[in-house]
Amino acid sequence: MNVSNLINNYPEAVAMILFGIGFSNLLLQKNLIKKIIGLNIMDTATYLFLALKGYIFQRKAPVVVDGITQAEHYVNPIPSGLVLTGIVVSVSVTALMLSLTIRLYRRYHTLDLDEITTRIRKEEN
Amino acid sequence: MDFVQNFPFISILLSLFSGPLTSILNGKWAKRVNTLVITVIGFLSGAVLFYVLGTGEAFVYRMGHFPAPWGNEIRVGVLEGFMALFFCAVMLLCMLGGSAEREREIEDSKQNLYYIMVNLLLCSLLALIYTNDLFTAYVFVEINTISACGLIMIKQNGRTIEAAVRYMIMSLLGSGLLLLGICFLYDLTGHLLMSNIKEAVAELAATGQYHVPLFLSLGLISVGLAIKSALYPFHAWLPDAYGYSTVSSAAILSSLVSKGYIFLLVKIFYRVIGFSVVCDSKVINVLFVFGVIGMIMGSVSAIKEGEIRRMIAFSSVAQIGYIYMGFGLGTEEGIVASVYHILSHCATKSLLFVAASGLTDASGGSRKFPDLTGAGYRNKLAGVAFTVGSLSMVGFPMFSGFISKLLFAQAAMEHDRKMMITLVALAISTVLNAIYFMKTVIRIYTPAAKGYAHPDSRRIPLGEQPDKNLALVFFILLNVMLGLNSEPIVELIRKGLGMFS
Repeated sequence: MNVSNLINNYPEAVAMILFGIGFSNLLLQKNLIKKIIGLNIMDTATYLFLALKGYIFQRKAPVVVDGITQAEHYVNPIPSGLVLTGIVVSVSVTALMLSLTIRLYRRYHTLDLDEITTRIRKEEN
Repeated sequence: MDFVQNFPFISILLSLFSGPLTSILNGKWAKRVNTLVITVIGFLSGAVLFYVLGTGEAFVYRMGHFPAPWGNEIRVGVLEGFMALFFCAVMLLCMLGGSAEREREIEDSKQNLYYIMVNLLLCSLLALIYTNDLFTAYVFVEINTISACGLIMIKQNGRTIEAAVRYMIMSLLGSGLLLLGICFLYDLTGHLLMSNIKEAVAELAATGQYHVPLFLSLGLISVGLAIKSALYPFHAWLPDAYGYSTVSSAAILSSLVSKGYIFLLVKIFYRVIGFSVVCDSKVINVLFVFGVIGMIMGSVSAIKEGEIRRMIAFSSVAQIGYIYMGFGLGTEEGIVASVYHILSHCATKSLLFVAASGLTDASGGSRKFPDLTGAGYRNKLAGVAFTVGSLSMVGFPMFSGFISKLLFAQAAMEHDRKMMITLVALAISTVLNAIYFMKTVIRIYTPAAKGYAHPDSRRIPLGEQPDKNLALVFFILLNVMLGLNSEPIVELIRKGLGMFS
């Protein structure tokens, strides 16, 4: 493992650091909104990683304009397709999480998940 | 191409489109459509199973007839067909067993929404079982998560919404890791179809190239799916989600949703990474350790629990531990035992949830153990069913749980280093299982002293809950069938795993 590899591939390293930030936020934050922000950072980091891997230096997006049909002129379109699918998934998941958060906030007037748990316990006893 | 080969795709589409259809129907018709769809898909899966058994080899269905590296594929062997059939049967029984609770606990205007979720869940389970494409698997994992979340929160109170949030958070952590693992694999191999990835991975493993990234991606996928299926340290969401949702949700979640992820993991081990590569890695040792710890800690938590539904939920943690321990053995026999335990746990846990709801109905709706005293006399069939389920979980001969414990022990015998740990863990876990399940069985068959029973407790005659009783009878039969008739099923699992490679 040498450092020059890491420096040469710094975009991937950035993606992984972002993934770590998002992951730990989703796991450790108590505030539900911050958790959701963490989720979005995590997903976006994965899409950044995918997009980086699909990009080939000095090539263009795979849209035929000047009648050039050889594959050598274009980047790999599959990762872009995967990113699009992934974005759809993460948008729907985020919407679901936000709606659940609204439900909980209306009922317990707080966004702190641990506080919500204690209030539920209190309510039942 | 035979017409039967279209059936897997037709079943996925049928369940997918019945979701939107049920959204415009009222509760009663939505229920009918849902039952019909599950039954039809069960028959289709049965036909597929017989077809594959007849030809003796797996078939590949190409979507839109695009050839291998570009198109999306469905691949069906014996095990896939059998799993689909079994999941349909269990889902039908879960829906039947919890129908009275659903009508009582879910608002009238939201009845049909429940069936949308169930249809989508079935669709995603079928897709996870059949698909040959890794990214498709990821998308359906997410659909599975979302619909499972819907099943938890449909019963509207603070508890279930909080449980749903916690479930979503853990699940999303799991799917994040899974997605990252899939991206790594795609970058290493340049493919998304399982068969193509396997060829590329075999080449990489032979040359030793990209050793670290390969095992990193295997680790990420395993941990991601382990989080989603509630392996021990990641189980915090589980007791609330299973304990407070409506009965059919709890039964479906514990017996089908987590098993779908585990089946996907088996498929990834065999069809994507290659079983020998997986066995050479350290990942299975990690799964083994957490599986063993889960077997014991899950049971300990269940013993400490004061109410019946959460106790059964904690028992799931222990049983998931068994399954991962089987993976961790790293032998073909271990996987066979795990897959058999998937079936056994599927049949038993849903039986226990439905039977427990029958017992709580007879005890004024209370789930606390003191109130359940004598419930086995008040609701006779539920008492018998709960006893059968408990005996099966403990590993009493004749029932399915015994066979899976036997298979685990036999698989452990082949392994030098892990043999003692596995056998000791099996023994301890069996004793712990016996403690909390037999405690409950004794409790429900102890006559309640006058004045101590719950004020609303009453006797429920056999005819009062025909749906639930029918479901319970079928669950008991399924359990006994798995227990007494295990030889052909184990043979089928072996054959199916053989078809994977």
